[in-house]
Amino acid sequence: MLDKTVIKKLEQIVGKEHVLTDKTSLICYSYDATQRKFLPAAVVHPGSAEEISRIMALVNQHQIPIYPRGAGSGFTGGSLPTSANGIVLGLTRLNRIIEIDEDNLVATVEPGVVTEDFQKAVEKVGLFYPPDPASLKMSTLGGNVAECAGGPRCVKYGVTKDYIIGLQIVTPTGDIIDTGGPTMKGVVGYDLTKLICGSEGTLAIISKIIIKLLPLPEAKKTMLVLFDSIDGAAQAVSSIIRNKIIPATLEFMDGRTLDCVREATSLEVPDNARAVLIIEVDGDREYLDKQAHRIAEIIKPLGVVETRIAETPAESDALWQIRRSVSASLRRVNPDKFNEDICVPRSRVPEMIRKIDKISDKYGVPIVNFGHAGDGNIHVNIMIDSKIPGEQEKADQAIAEVFAGALELGGTMSGEHGVGIMKAPFVNMELGKASIDYMKTIKQALDPNNILNPGKIFPSDVKQNIEDRI
Amino acid sequence: MPKLKTLEDYRDEIKHCVKCGGCRAHCPAFGAERHEGRSARGKIALADALLDGEVDLEKQFLLDMSQCLLCGSCYSQCPNKVHTEEIVAATRREIARRKGLSTFGFGVATVLKHPKLMNLLAKSGGTLSGLLFKKIPESSGLRLRFPAPFISSDRTLPPVTAKPLRERFPEIIPGTEGAPTVLFFTGCGINYMYPESGEALIKALKFLGVTILIPQEQACCGLPAVSAGATDTVERLATINLEMFGKHKYDTIVTACASCHSGLGQIYPGMIGAEGDYQKKIRDIFVYLVEQGLPEKLEQLPKAKERIKVTYHDPCHLRNHGITKEPRAILKALPQVDYVELPGPGSCCGLGGTYSVYHYDTSKKIGAKKAALIEETGAALVATDCPGCIMQLQDNINHAGGNQRALHILDLLAEALEKAEYRI
Repeated sequence: MLDKTVIKKLEQIVGKEHVLTDKTSLICYSYDATQRKFLPAAVVHPGSAEEISRIMALVNQHQIPIYPRGAGSGFTGGSLPTSANGIVLGLTRLNRIIEIDEDNLVATVEPGVVTEDFQKAVEKVGLFYPPDPASLKMSTLGGNVAECAGGPRCVKYGVTKDYIIGLQIVTPTGDIIDTGGPTMKGVVGYDLTKLICGSEGTLAIISKIIIKLLPLPEAKKTMLVLFDSIDGAAQAVSSIIRNKIIPATLEFMDGRTLDCVREATSLEVPDNARAVLIIEVDGDREYLDKQAHRIAEIIKPLGVVETRIAETPAESDALWQIRRSVSASLRRVNPDKFNEDICVPRSRVPEMIRKIDKISDKYGVPIVNFGHAGDGNIHVNIMIDSKIPGEQEKADQAIAEVFAGALELGGTMSGEHGVGIMKAPFVNMELGKASIDYMKTIKQALDPNNILNPGKIFPSDVKQNIEDRI
Repeated sequence: MPKLKTLEDYRDEIKHCVKCGGCRAHCPAFGAERHEGRSARGKIALADALLDGEVDLEKQFLLDMSQCLLCGSCYSQCPNKVHTEEIVAATRREIARRKGLSTFGFGVATVLKHPKLMNLLAKSGGTLSGLLFKKIPESSGLRLRFPAPFISSDRTLPPVTAKPLRERFPEIIPGTEGAPTVLFFTGCGINYMYPESGEALIKALKFLGVTILIPQEQACCGLPAVSAGATDTVERLATINLEMFGKHKYDTIVTACASCHSGLGQIYPGMIGAEGDYQKKIRDIFVYLVEQGLPEKLEQLPKAKERIKVTYHDPCHLRNHGITKEPRAILKALPQVDYVELPGPGSCCGLGGTYSVYHYDTSKKIGAKKAALIEETGAALVATDCPGCIMQLQDNINHAGGNQRALHILDLLAEALEKAEYRI
């Protein structure tokens, strides 16, 4: 429970209607896409950086944990208010696109802007913001920056942090500072912008974002290629890139995924297809046809069952439908899904898939893989029925082995979802003690009272924090 | 008597929501207010908490549960296909069961139960009151949609007809010998407010030569009562209609109202003890006309020299059943129509059963977005397939200061068929 005087002060800062303490509202801000639930003590929706600054000064003084939140669509619990007396800091009221500067190809936005709304706004003036996490229709740019979101287009265009050139942030002690700026270059002092990107809301509250934009490619072309083996598909990825073509997206689905979608989609998928690549190239219209056919030629000897090239946007959409149907169709396998997002060097994707298949057989749990083949980011979906005794334990062991497998191949346990609370128990496997200590030193220096999104990322903190509440 | 499912019956389905938040992009009520409790995900979390006894029926709970148009946009985009609109309706019934309808957050079904309020309605100078309550029976969903004391004074509504549709025609209009029989489920909107659209439908059926059956005993489908959480009313209306469906002989049931189509085609099949042959026979009128090859016949008519630019709004309750092509096929085939596609054709108009009565301000926000999209097309007319949408779209346009007219596709079809008759 929060002290009544703290609630009163919060109301004075943001206005009474923006401080929620009724049970109904607390329930509505207790979860994210991890499906874990932690009831906060209050939910506060500030309307400006100044208000955030006053809130931070207040909670720092009273040592009350505070948890920044965008759309609450994260997969690792980054926004979950894990402490019983925690306050959720909802940033969705800050949802203005402040400026789209067409002379400098730079935009300034507030953190609560929905990613897709921003993309549409810049595309209207012929500009392009490439990062495209699957959640882009609902997730916010602030959340994308905090988690350093990725997406299919990253193979060619890079991830969120590659487009963030400046921020306005509020520190855990309530100072408002600017990092970076609207210039294309800038080397004065540490690169705090990049430090904040992907820091999962543990180092600062993002109150403004300066974004670098690209010219919008004139057109794109989608092709769907069915292979008779995952090796063929993986070799195709390497061959395409070795031939100096970088498609805008290079998405793959393995045989088990295809088995799931076969019934769920109107597209015909032949039985001998054991992997699929969806390849999209973008750029000048006249050069796309040439490029698509060049790709078709390169991959021809690699066990191609069938190649379909979309000629119209409607046909392109039909090809993407097969990818979009994956999520729902997986539930046919089992009701509960553990979605991990390991990333390995792209040439090692087939090796990783074989490792995963072995792990799946070893524990007798179905594992379905799809994802961003072009950058080696594989979505590993461990499907269980957690109501069956012993299944959860098997899934946990399988997850640990999948992570170990990715690390053996020079990869990482998370390409784009972050650590939060879900992956924290495994962080020791990837980061050495010195590395974790280095990070914790930064955290402790900037947030001496450990009030900003505590209990995330670092294994010991998470363990202590969560066990307290269970 | 057929029974509606209880909230408890939805326990499993509630667990299927994985809290991905995808619904935030599609829920019109969330889009207008942007509070998590307004989103489908929030409402499911609340329904779950109610089942577990974690939350009471406090003010905020009632408010959030009332903020749903039952449009099913969330369902149509949900990766796990969770029927939030059904879960919300079941939660409203649960609230009514626990608190009694009179204290229910929506204030709705009270009009049916309390004589005092009924008198107030009859006496009040509300927009629809006088004529409406003389002409419209107690059981009609229109009473739930427009309880006069709640109607905002700046709302524009169509006049109520002096002579309802079903009083204008005999129960049976014979077709050519051996022709199939089509049962016309008129619905309240067409019967009391837009009888001309009903006449147009009859004209189209006559054109096909079928026998038309318009049972006089048909009652409101019950959808507004579902929206209000009025369990008894829904079950009573379903009983009347199911008896009617069982009594008559017919080959097809047609509706010209998306809400009625959903009432008969989704609510009844979801009830316990409402099974029957009738379920396979329900058709939206345009699905039926397309099955009968009408577009091909219309294509043969000479195109008008001066055509009128028309766009189409997808009613939520047809879009969710996958009915989007057929109304467009008829519209595009009309000789006087120059068809233009509406951007965001399936975004909700903002009516939502009883929603617009109790949340007229949010409803107007949702409607303003729609009106702007209609303006963008440059169309003079916005046609649709639902009297509720027509009424709401016109109100949206009026508030936006637009000069477009909202109407039923049937009205345009009748116009084309009339001209065709001259030639024949």
